[in-house]
Parts: sequence; structure tokens; C-alpha cells
Amino acid sequence: MESSLNVNNWLRRYGFLSGVLVIAFVIIVWRYAVDPQVTTAVLASTLRQSTPLVLGALCGLLGERSGVVNIGIEGQMLLAAFIGFLASVYTGNLALAIAAGMLTGALMGLLLAFMSVTLKMDQIIGGTVINILAIGLTGYFYTAGLTTQGKLQPIPLGPLADIPLFGRVFFNNPPITYATLILVMVVHYVLFFTRWGLRTRAVGEHPSAADTVGINVFTIRYVNVIIGGAIAGLAGAYLSLEAVGSFERLMTNGRGFVALAVMLFGKRTPLGSWGAALLFGFASALQTQLQFGGEIEIPHQFIGMLPYLLTILVLAGFVGRTRDPKALGQPYETE
Amino acid sequence: MSDASKTIVLEARGITKRFPGVLANDRVDLTLHKGEILALLGENGAGKSTLMNMLYGLYHPDEGEIWIKGEKVALKNPRDAIDRGIGMVHQHFQLVPVMTVAENVMLGSEVTRGAGYLDVREAERQVRKLSQQYGLEVDPTAVVEDLPVGTQQRVEIIKALYRHADVLILDEPTAVLTPQEAQELFRIMRDLTNQGVSIIFITHKLKEVLAVSDRIGVLRAGQYVGTADPKTATEASLAEMMVGRKVILQVEKAPAQPGEAVLQVKSLYVKDDRGQTAVAGIDLTVHAGEILGIAGVQGNGQRELVEALTGIRPIEEGQVTIAGQDSTHFTPRKNTELGVAHIPEDREKHGLVMAYSLADNMVLNNYYQKPYASGIVMHNDAIYAHGVQLVEQFDVRTPSVMTPASNLSGGNKQKVIVAREFSRPTKLLIAAQPTRGIDVGSIEFIHKQIVAQRDEGVAVLLVSAELDEVLGLADRVAVMFDGRIVKTLPITEATRERVGLLMAGSEA
Repeated sequence: MESSLNVNNWLRRYGFLSGVLVIAFVIIVWRYAVDPQVTTAVLASTLRQSTPLVLGALCGLLGERSGVVNIGIEGQMLLAAFIGFLASVYTGNLALAIAAGMLTGALMGLLLAFMSVTLKMDQIIGGTVINILAIGLTGYFYTAGLTTQGKLQPIPLGPLADIPLFGRVFFNNPPITYATLILVMVVHYVLFFTRWGLRTRAVGEHPSAADTVGINVFTIRYVNVIIGGAIAGLAGAYLSLEAVGSFERLMTNGRGFVALAVMLFGKRTPLGSWGAALLFGFASALQTQLQFGGEIEIPHQFIGMLPYLLTILVLAGFVGRTRDPKALGQPYETE
Repeated sequence: MSDASKTIVLEARGITKRFPGVLANDRVDLTLHKGEILALLGENGAGKSTLMNMLYGLYHPDEGEIWIKGEKVALKNPRDAIDRGIGMVHQHFQLVPVMTVAENVMLGSEVTRGAGYLDVREAERQVRKLSQQYGLEVDPTAVVEDLPVGTQQRVEIIKALYRHADVLILDEPTAVLTPQEAQELFRIMRDLTNQGVSIIFITHKLKEVLAVSDRIGVLRAGQYVGTADPKTATEASLAEMMVGRKVILQVEKAPAQPGEAVLQVKSLYVKDDRGQTAVAGIDLTVHAGEILGIAGVQGNGQRELVEALTGIRPIEEGQVTIAGQDSTHFTPRKNTELGVAHIPEDREKHGLVMAYSLADNMVLNNYYQKPYASGIVMHNDAIYAHGVQLVEQFDVRTPSVMTPASNLSGGNKQKVIVAREFSRPTKLLIAAQPTRGIDVGSIEFIHKQIVAQRDEGVAVLLVSAELDEVLGLADRVAVMFDGRIVKTLPITEATRERVGLLMAGSEA
């Protein structure tokens, strides 16, 4: 009785997810048997493409869980990518460059928190200010021809990296990609299993309930938005220091907004967002592979649409079904 | 009470609090003894909640002192008050709906292990312990939004006890409860005081005060006007202290002079939000110049009936005739134009637009007509003048007619709705819970207005969960149970006992 009930519950909660995972696993193994090289390349690319998306989504969900909408992720990433790149150019120290990028993101987060928590501005306007600021600053100060010593290189994790397929995909990555996988777990743990997470979610749902038991709503919101900013900054650093190794104007290319779709698709949970980001990353990786592979006779413009088409489908199909935190977007007023 | 109860646990001395333009508390003195229930009585806006918020550290007094257990304190925030054993159950529950009972209880004072890891099991165990100790039945693993209101209130009380509160402030705890839930709450309050907890019980319901309290303090217009003993006080004497003049609790009215039938309902079927049949074959008739009162425990289809009659909810089957016209499938606007006035059950959700000014709220159902508009152009001066006139006529206490409705007290909000609905020619008035949660003065006023409407020949359908209200106003009483009208009685035959039995579903 008891156990059959548990199985039922388990199936209802995780059945769909496990089904998808099993199907994905079967397809991966089959493709690997057919063409190991391409399969490994596509999966590795999936993971890397998903990295900035999942980082952006973590930034978004930290803010939203505490009640602050952050549509300025794009701007936070872009400016952080730029500052990180400059730091790398002038110091030649990649670790310092990453730190500079994260600090930039955190400061942008501080700005957003100040506008939306202290000044009680409309949060969409606040995010827009950040996006425009980032585009303006990077556009104005960017000088062509700056070069760096190099970019972050993959670090194979010893024998783990030699495991066929999965080892190649998961254990042979540059540092920010590893850091992302760890961050997903850490944020998930913090949000759902710690005091800080409980308070954050309470503040996002019912700030006055938190206030009346002595929780400082402003502090919780500030800290979450700032930490989120630092994580978005890491995503920016990924783009300029790990993926490309240089900076280009508008190089974030909408990833900050796709990250919001990823966050919604993942129901504002870190693990869900990671899954969603992998799906988007896979769409990007597939798109690249199809364009270069040249096996299929479809104009490349259509293939290039793939990730964006997926965004539209996800936003249209799933967004209405997610449950927003109750106090999302509302400044907290003490009387 | 015994001698031990003479220890003073909480004392306010000469508390004064000013808000812009208002003196909310004017040199208020208050003492609370150990193990007693002190009822704090006062009309809306008398300063009860302001005073309590100061005792809980949410506001800070401009003048005066607060003493807790013989120690003078300056409460900077709720944390300070909690640390000194003060717990407050707010009128609007401070619970996170999507979290479990245990999570809500421990929020802010979490049980953790190691690096901030939440020990949910331990919190659940503590909630179980408290719920056993004080007879507060609740499942710690339940999600709060799935719980009935009465249970949510128990969670709030547990929340305070979990923080070791020995002084409990209950802010209008019965406003949201059914009579049965209120009785259960009173039992819990007794249990708590027997175990040494002291309670301040804020309310404006006179019956409850007399039933449950050990001492009664009365506030009026920010001043503490006196203490009464529940053994000697009567409802009338308390009402007089509260309002500052004699209050007529029983409406005076002449016998009804019923005219022709205005509202006729034939075998009406209506579904509720979940698609279940909520109104299952109702027939009723209301004549011009009479009040038909519908009595019944809440949730027996009254809400759906009212919404169907006013055009808000679709009718599945049956026929509704208003003033000779088949209005079964009329929209709310068509009903309004036909002469239906509606005082909705939930004034904040369906009665007013909270962000709009009073003037705009007063033309919500005829703003598109002359003189308020011609074509697409609004005439704001006419709307303003109309608002000014109604505020005056219906005694709405407000700084101005441009004030947003959200700034008003419950009683004044209700007066705005009454003013709007009664200021145009109507044939049928449908009033749902017209005086729920408002102060005695406003209740008296609104009751008089409803009777005045009747005397002018309006047919009145009154739906109320307060049996006293139905028995006091109605000329005929229909009792609703399980979606049906089980019996209609002339007021002369409708005794409390008989109607009470019918409400419980037993035929009398």
C-alpha cells in the first residue's frame, strides 16, 4: 500500500522528467554509435552554449525569488564582458579579469537594487536603464584592435576526461563552465535548504509576513540582486574570456533575454533552469553543426532561427503556466 | 480571576501617536494583567490597531512609555517585541501561502544545523508539540494556502507561541471567521490564558466581547475612554462608550407594505467556480416595499445566487424576472439600467476600484451617462460635484473626494458603495453581507438606509451570514441550505432557534 502509493507519487512528480531523460540518453547513445565525433562535438558545444544562459537564469531567479524583476541581465553581462576583457588586456591576469567582470556585474546589481528597492522605481524601467547604460558605455569606450594574451583553456580532470563521450563532454572544460555546474548545485541548495533561501522565498511571496517576524526585506532583496549581478558578471566573463577571447560590440547578442526565458521554463528553480539551458544550448549547437555539416539542404537562415524559435515556443507555451512569486515586481512599502 | 493574575505584564503610559493630519492615539494608558483576556473595543479608526502596532514595534510612539514585565522598553522593530515575549496575530494573516505550516512557523527564527541547513523535521516536531500543548489542531506539513481560514489563524497563534510569546495581541481575529470557528477560537483563547498567556483581543463585535473577555477597554477617537466589566456591561452601554452617543442596535421600522412582485426567480440553477452546482433549484419572489432576508451559513450557495441575479455569473437553468422583464441572461450593465442596485459581498474586490478616487468610484456604473459624459468625453466637474454631494449626504469620512478608495476604513468604503447604489432610482436592491467587518456606527447608518429604501418601495433582497442582521431587518426570512431554500418564514415566526435549526439543515 504505502510503497505503491510512493511509486505513484514518484511517477507523478518525476515520471515525465525521467521519460525525457531516458529518451535523450537512448538517442545520445545511438548517435554516438553512428558518429562518435560529431555527437561528442555537439554535446560539448551544448554544454558550453548553455553556460551563459544558465548563469543568466541563476541571476534572474535569485532576483525574482526575492521579488525583484531583473530584465537588465543582458546589460550586466555585456558590461561585465567588456570590463573583464579590459582587465585581461591591461593586467594579463585572467583570474583578475574574471573577478573584475563579476565585480562589474555586482555593481550593476547594486544599481538595480538601489533603483527598485530604495527608490521603488518600476523594475522594468530599472532593468532597461541598465541595458541602455551597458550598451552606451561599451559602445563609447570600445576601441578596436585591443588584444589579450589568450583565453581560458580547458582543464582536463585527469582520467575522468578520458571516459568516452561523457568524460569528453563534462570533464574537459574551461574553468567557468565547471564553476557554472557547481553554482547550479550551490544555488539550488541555498534556495531550498537553507535559512537564507527560506527567507528569500518568503520575501518574494509575502514581504510583510517576513517583516513582521523581524526579517529585513530590503537587505534580503539587495543581497540577492547583487549576488545575482555577480553571477551575470561571470556569464559576461565567460563570453569575453572563455568562449571568444576578445570583446565585440553587443557580443551578448540577446543571451540575457534568452536567459529569462530559460529561467521561466525552469520554473525559477536552478536545476530546472539548467535543464532548460541545456535544451537551448542544444538548439544552438545543433544549429551550428547543421550549418557547418552541410548535410541538409535547408537555407542556413532557417537553421539559424532554431534557438530563437525555441524561445518563442517556450515563452508562448509555458510562461502562462508558471506561478510567479506573489510580490514579484512590487516595491515593499513600510507604513 | 485569581491573585496571580494581578501581576501586570504589559503597560502603556500616556502613549501619543500622530500621523499627518490625524491624532491616532492621544495619551492612552493601558494595562494588561497576567492570564487575562483584555478586550480592546473601538470603532474603526479609533486607534486600536495603531496602539497595538506600537506595542509590537511596528510604529514608534511620539510620546509616552511602554513597560513590559516591569521594565521600560523602547521597541525599535518587531524583533524587539518578539524577544520580549509579545506575539501578534494580524487581521490580514502574515503567512506565506505557498509554504508549509512548519516553514511559516519557523520563518525568521529557523531551526538549523551546520551551515544554515534548515531542519524541517525538527520544526515540524516543535509545531506538533505546541499544537498538542495548547489544543491547536494543525498539520505541520500542510501547505498554508490549502487550509481553511480558521486553521490559518491557528498557525498564526502557533507562530507566536513558537517564539515564546506570553502576551498575545489578536487584531480583529473573528472578522474572517464563521460563527463556529469563532467559538473554537474562544475555546483556544481560554486554554491559552489557563496556561499563563495574556491576551489583548481587538474587536468591535459587542457580543464577543461580553462572551469571552475578563476586562474591556474602550477607545474612541484615539482616546482611552474607560474600562468596563463584562459582568455588568451590556451591548447598549458598550456601544454608547464606543460611539459616544446612544446607538440604536435594533433598527426601528414600521411593518412592510408589500406591493407587486419585483424579483421573481423560477427554479434557478447556478454553478460555482469549480463547476459544481451551488444553487440547486431556487424559487423566490421579492415584492416592492419588503425586505426578504436570506439566512444561512456561508458557502451554501448565497454568493452564487447573488452573482447570478446581478448578472456576474452565468445561469445554467431557470428564469429570473426583474420588474416584469426577463433578465435571465442580462449583463450587469443591463441589470443596472433596469434598476438593480447591488452591494457586493467583497467590497474591495467587486465593490470599488481601490486606486480610483471616491468621486470616480461613485459613478462606476453610470459614468457613461449624462451628466457625467457625452460620447467619449468625461465631465469631471460633474463627477466631482456628484461625489461631493454624496460624501456629504452619506456621511463618508474622508479628507476629500479625490482620495483613493484604498485609503478609507472598511465602514467608509461600504458607505461609498451604498451612496453610489442608493443615489440613483432603483427598483431592486440586492445587498450581500452589507455590514461585514465594519463598525457599529456605520452598521447603524447602513441599516437605516436599507430600511429607508424599503419604505420608498424598493424590493430588497438581503443576504447575510449574521443571523442578527437578517432577523433585525427582514420582513420575511428565507433559509438557504445546500443550494436550496429550505423554508421561508414571515418575520413573526422566525425565531433565532427555529432559523438556527433550519440553517443547520434540519427541517423545522
